[in-house]
Amino acid sequence: MVKLEETPLPGVGVRHDFDGRFGKRVGVITHRDGRREIFVSRRDDPDATAQSIVLSDEEAEAMADLLGGSTITRHMNTLTQDIEGLAMDWVPVAEGTPFAGHPLGDTKMRTRTGTSIVAIMRDGHAIPAPGPEFGLEAGDTVVVVGTPGGVVRAARLLSGED
Amino acid sequence: MSLGQLFLEIGGVILALAFVGRAAGRLGITPIPLYLLAGIALGAVMRLGDAPGEFIHVGAEIGAVLLLFTLGLEYTSQELRDNLRANRQVGLLDLALNFTPGALAGLLLDLPPLAAVLLGGVTYLTSSGIASKVLSDLGRLGNRETPVVLAVCVLEDVAMAVYLPVVAALLIGGTLAAVGVNLLVALAAFGLAFFLALRYGHVLSRLVNVRSDEALLLSVLGLVLVVAGVADHLKVSAAIGAFLVGIALSGEVADRARELIRPLRDLFAAVFFVFFGLQLDLGSVPGVLLPAVGLAVVTALTKFATGWWGAARTGVQTRGRYRAGTTLIPRGEFSILIAGLGLDLEPTLGPLAAVYVLLTAILGPLLARFDGQLAPLLDRRLREARAG
Repeated sequence: MVKLEETPLPGVGVRHDFDGRFGKRVGVITHRDGRREIFVSRRDDPDATAQSIVLSDEEAEAMADLLGGSTITRHMNTLTQDIEGLAMDWVPVAEGTPFAGHPLGDTKMRTRTGTSIVAIMRDGHAIPAPGPEFGLEAGDTVVVVGTPGGVVRAARLLSGED
Repeated sequence: MSLGQLFLEIGGVILALAFVGRAAGRLGITPIPLYLLAGIALGAVMRLGDAPGEFIHVGAEIGAVLLLFTLGLEYTSQELRDNLRANRQVGLLDLALNFTPGALAGLLLDLPPLAAVLLGGVTYLTSSGIASKVLSDLGRLGNRETPVVLAVCVLEDVAMAVYLPVVAALLIGGTLAAVGVNLLVALAAFGLAFFLALRYGHVLSRLVNVRSDEALLLSVLGLVLVVAGVADHLKVSAAIGAFLVGIALSGEVADRARELIRPLRDLFAAVFFVFFGLQLDLGSVPGVLLPAVGLAVVTALTKFATGWWGAARTGVQTRGRYRAGTTLIPRGEFSILIAGLGLDLEPTLGPLAAVYVLLTAILGPLLARFDGQLAPLLDRRLREARAG
């Protein structure tokens, strides 16, 4: 993780910046009217801005996509927006869960809670659509989709409370 | 005077300003000093009739009110609180270094004590309008020294909010007891209004926030003028009342009001500068030229020192310190506003402040722009001086 520094700019907005690995300070100023300004510092004078680009709201979103930041979450958001009453949550599989080392099928998630496990996050990777034979491990995060109540029951089930 | 003649004269003045504003844009400088010059020039060549004179006078007053209202809008109460806490050392240094020269000069020039206090205010206040324009024009919002520059401007604006009602109370004059009572009333009214604005501002914001832009513009403008009027009757400056309304409005309504009021403010603020220039008697300029130049040189140095020290405190290197120092040099709208308060008391305040503002408002941005050439020179000098 890069160490982000947040600085309020009274009357202007907020500035976030960090010292880039390749020698320049890089940052984004979020103006109060929503404009985003990307800047890089000069190499010989890291206190000063060498170049800055002002982006509109939409341009900033497009830029974030190009940099690969928000693609997954945004797809998810569209999904939940499309179907009313559909909930999705990231449920951590904690130490002490009865299902660590068991195949996914053992949870009988679908029968007991009405929710489906659509993906497993492990070590920062997503494993989409895991089969019932897929082995769960403590430290995984399970992506669950269903009714809001079902998602809550799924979390309880995985933690061993049910 | 016929309506046609009135329109001709006012329209002529506004067109002259438009021309000046475009020239300023072409040159890449702020129009404020040029508006002043235009006012001086118009006053010298044109004899405005009573009706246009009256219109411009009232317009100038509205300009002052709107300037302070939008200033209040700029800051949320949270920002003010955080800034007071984090930057009070720089703020105090700024006050000590930059108020003192003006006040001392006032005493040396044999002005009445109150006029000296006003002159201290004139030299103290950096023009936050010019400073923020320099920062955004030169693409320096991302610079490390920029938060310090902005913080100094914010703290000055807060100090101004206390200073103005006190001065307004003192200006009414009278016996010592009467002055004391006025002062107490002014401070109490201000304190109460400030407390209410911070505490219940969100209620007001919700009440004012109507959907239609037209209704919002009218509500905000009406509210500002009514509060300014009440403040004036209470002998607190009208502009201060407007400032408090600005502080009280926050969130969405503040954003929308800022957008809606901006064109009006720009129009009337320009009229405000022209009016000040118009009032100026050119014959009185030679008499104040020397003190104005001296004051400009001294306070350019003290402001520079303020910015330099403030930037150094946050770990900025010499070139950034140079930029922070020069960005703070220009004085502008509020110096003129303060000088305008004391014109009855001491007529030389007007020309002195006008020449002083002209000098600093031109010198500051010029020095700020050429930081690449000038800062290394200064840096070398400093190093040589330290070495021996």
